[in-house]
Amino acid sequence: MQTTSALPRMASVPQRFSWHVYVIGLGLILALYWFFPGNTLIMTRIAIMAIFVMSLDLLTGYAGLATLGHAALYGAGAYAAGLCAKFLTGDPLIGLAAAAGAGALLALISGAFLVRYQGLAFLMLTIAVVEIMHNLASKMQHITGGDDGLSGFAIDPLFGRFEFDIFGVTGYWYSAIALFLCYVVLRRIMSSPFGLCCEGIRENRDRMSANGTRIYPQLLKLYVLSGAFAGIAGGLSAQITQVVGLDSMGFTLSAEALVMLVLGGAGNLVGAILGTALFTGIHHFAATANPFHWLFVIGGLLMLVVFLPRGFVQAALKRLARRVADLAGRSA
Amino acid sequence: MPQLSNILIDGVVYGMVLFIISVGLSVTMGLMRFINLSHGAFAMAGGYVAALLIREQGWPFGAGVALAVLFTMTLAAVLETFVFRHLYKKSELQQVLFTIGFTFACIATANLLAGAYIQTLPLPEWMQGSVALGARTLPKQRVVVVAAGALVVLLLWLLVARTRFGIWLRASVDNAGMSSSLGINIRLVQCATFAIGAGLAALGGVLGAELMPLEPFYPLKYLVLMLVVVTVGGLGSISGTLCAALFLGIVDTASRYLASDFGNLFFYAAMILLLAIRPHGILRR
Amino acid sequence: MLRVDNLSKSFGGLTVTNDVSLSLQAGERLALIGPNGAGKTTLVNQISGFLGADAGTIHLQGEDVTRWPAHRRVRQGLVRTFQISKLAFTLSAVDQVALAIHQRDGSINNMWRRKTSYGPVLDEARSILDALQLGRLAHTTPSEMAYGDQRLVEVALALALKPKVLLLDEPMAGVPKSEAQLILDALERLPADLAVVIIEHDMDLVFRFAQRILVLANGAMLAAGTPDDIRRNEVVRAVYLGKAGQL
Repeated sequence: MQTTSALPRMASVPQRFSWHVYVIGLGLILALYWFFPGNTLIMTRIAIMAIFVMSLDLLTGYAGLATLGHAALYGAGAYAAGLCAKFLTGDPLIGLAAAAGAGALLALISGAFLVRYQGLAFLMLTIAVVEIMHNLASKMQHITGGDDGLSGFAIDPLFGRFEFDIFGVTGYWYSAIALFLCYVVLRRIMSSPFGLCCEGIRENRDRMSANGTRIYPQLLKLYVLSGAFAGIAGGLSAQITQVVGLDSMGFTLSAEALVMLVLGGAGNLVGAILGTALFTGIHHFAATANPFHWLFVIGGLLMLVVFLPRGFVQAALKRLARRVADLAGRSA
Repeated sequence: MPQLSNILIDGVVYGMVLFIISVGLSVTMGLMRFINLSHGAFAMAGGYVAALLIREQGWPFGAGVALAVLFTMTLAAVLETFVFRHLYKKSELQQVLFTIGFTFACIATANLLAGAYIQTLPLPEWMQGSVALGARTLPKQRVVVVAAGALVVLLLWLLVARTRFGIWLRASVDNAGMSSSLGINIRLVQCATFAIGAGLAALGGVLGAELMPLEPFYPLKYLVLMLVVVTVGGLGSISGTLCAALFLGIVDTASRYLASDFGNLFFYAAMILLLAIRPHGILRR
Repeated sequence: MLRVDNLSKSFGGLTVTNDVSLSLQAGERLALIGPNGAGKTTLVNQISGFLGADAGTIHLQGEDVTRWPAHRRVRQGLVRTFQISKLAFTLSAVDQVALAIHQRDGSINNMWRRKTSYGPVLDEARSILDALQLGRLAHTTPSEMAYGDQRLVEVALALALKPKVLLLDEPMAGVPKSEAQLILDALERLPADLAVVIIEHDMDLVFRFAQRILVLANGAMLAAGTPDDIRRNEVVRAVYLGKAGQL
């Protein structure tokens, strides 16, 4: 599964991530709100999906496990957050913890079985899991609301002060900060020896076994971690939109997430965010009254991505950044 | 018990349709190691062309179906030569992504050309009504499907076991590199196999039009079904695909009759079970 | 150190390992030679745990490891290299060696400390690479290296695991003549207290390196002894080299 492209390897983003970048990140969050106050809804959507796609990146980008069933974990988190608000407490942070827990738990149960497999068998089994979960959610109408979705729960103001209203301001800050924190945490975890171990598993399982590594426990740990963050994404979605639909547990969502990840570049978390933004942006502009036209666009995009060199988007952005830096340097 | 025999018959019919559609995918994945998630598009194409010819242009059933199959085979051969062949060397993930994209494009095209409604395929006189077989009466259409399936199995077996092409095919599945250096024209084998598989899918699309309605989202809707059959049956194994298709067809039909509340839970549970025991396919070790 | 007693294995009707026994002390260099298909790699697979034996026992430092899975044997100090390099192709050499060290000392399970903060681990990784003349390639990935260097990285990984017994499966396989010297040097400089079993076809290397030689043919031991013994052994010459062979 290896192609050596002429472009620099994805994960060559420097390990010592200086604090400058984090400040820029926070600044970006602020700037986006400042310049596009009317677009909080779509930016919130991007932030939530980016967390979901980052969690997918852990499995697919770092460990090499291509899965089409990740939405099951997202949906588990979404329903957990909704049910928590409905029956327990409207506090958003507790609901988010419940969502993370639900995602992690489902990941533990399904992962214990799934992670024993590889390649196509693994892919098929993940599809089976998400289809079964989708089925269960659909049948358990009294809990999940079935086709109509889970609704009728209210979320308390964040920290007791910031209300979730239709203007979406709180929602934006909530999800954007969550994205930031999730990125920081995940980046840190995957820069650890454990992260390196997962990459080793992706590259050559036999080599890892020959080193004495037991692959199964490591992958299971990763799966649970990934599930927790997928659950967080689902929970955020439930809390901000205050409704949970069946599509949050569908095969389509899994497929879309995979597309977003590959679009932006897998293996270093940044690509997940870029890909989500790009995909959502294109969707926003290409979506017309006729949903079939969107299919042409996304279909074409997918086919194109495969023939472009790996990490195309990030490499292109790097070249752009260098050119801008050159210009700035020259005019100074 | 009438219900049991109903389940069996309907299950076998469903299984046969699944087999005819999926066998091409199984052999393609086994031979070229090419994960083609757009295989369903060929079934759809066959159904659409047949529907167009028979319903709109008034062609006789047999001729319409034959031309639909031929058209699909030609289309598949062209696509394989100019597009898909470049994907054989790429990673699994890239193949998955490309073919999903291609599927989306096919769906959008179907909608563009024929609208979003279900395409109906009128059955000819000789396929309507029932026929008495022993103590039972069966709808003729079902009988035709099972007979067609059996015929396909027979022809495939003849092709693979008794012809030169079959030898080339089996050699290539086992070891493409070696076969090539022995003088077997790999490209020809690959292209022909792909085209035959697509033609069979087209036939299956026509035969199964009642069970699996023809509409633009067809390739995506039944994608998982095909993949399950192929994975459980074992890539490249025709007999494995047959066993898997029949087994899963019966399981799915049975659960529809007996436990419809659970939807396709049993189907997927069966799949999980089978894959867990035999990750490389039912008949493989 | 390592004791293999009456190891046997068959696949259906084909006996690939036929009642093979050997023993190895610390610091000993044993060469395993034999014609192709003799079952040398299969034997190594069984000793290292990648293949299960049908009969016989394997003892490592007195402990019976016959039923142990491969990764457990590695942790006890039984390490092997592969005939065809098994490397992570897009991870740099120093990352891979560090990974092996992390595995050895258990820090691989750490999910929070940055891998760059493990000074001692990285120092050790670099020194292992330096010892094998791979220092300049520390930050290169195997996909960008010559094949001979890749084979050396494999040896580096094996050493990083601080083995007590090292099984080298044809370390020279596929290495062009121009790069062979590097590997030879590396082999000369292996730790003195390490017990080494080497499978090789290159007779110069075998006679230079080994203190004892074991000859395998059709899965069974044909002869065992010092290099001189083997050199003079008529049966070995006939089987291995044909009548016109010169040793």
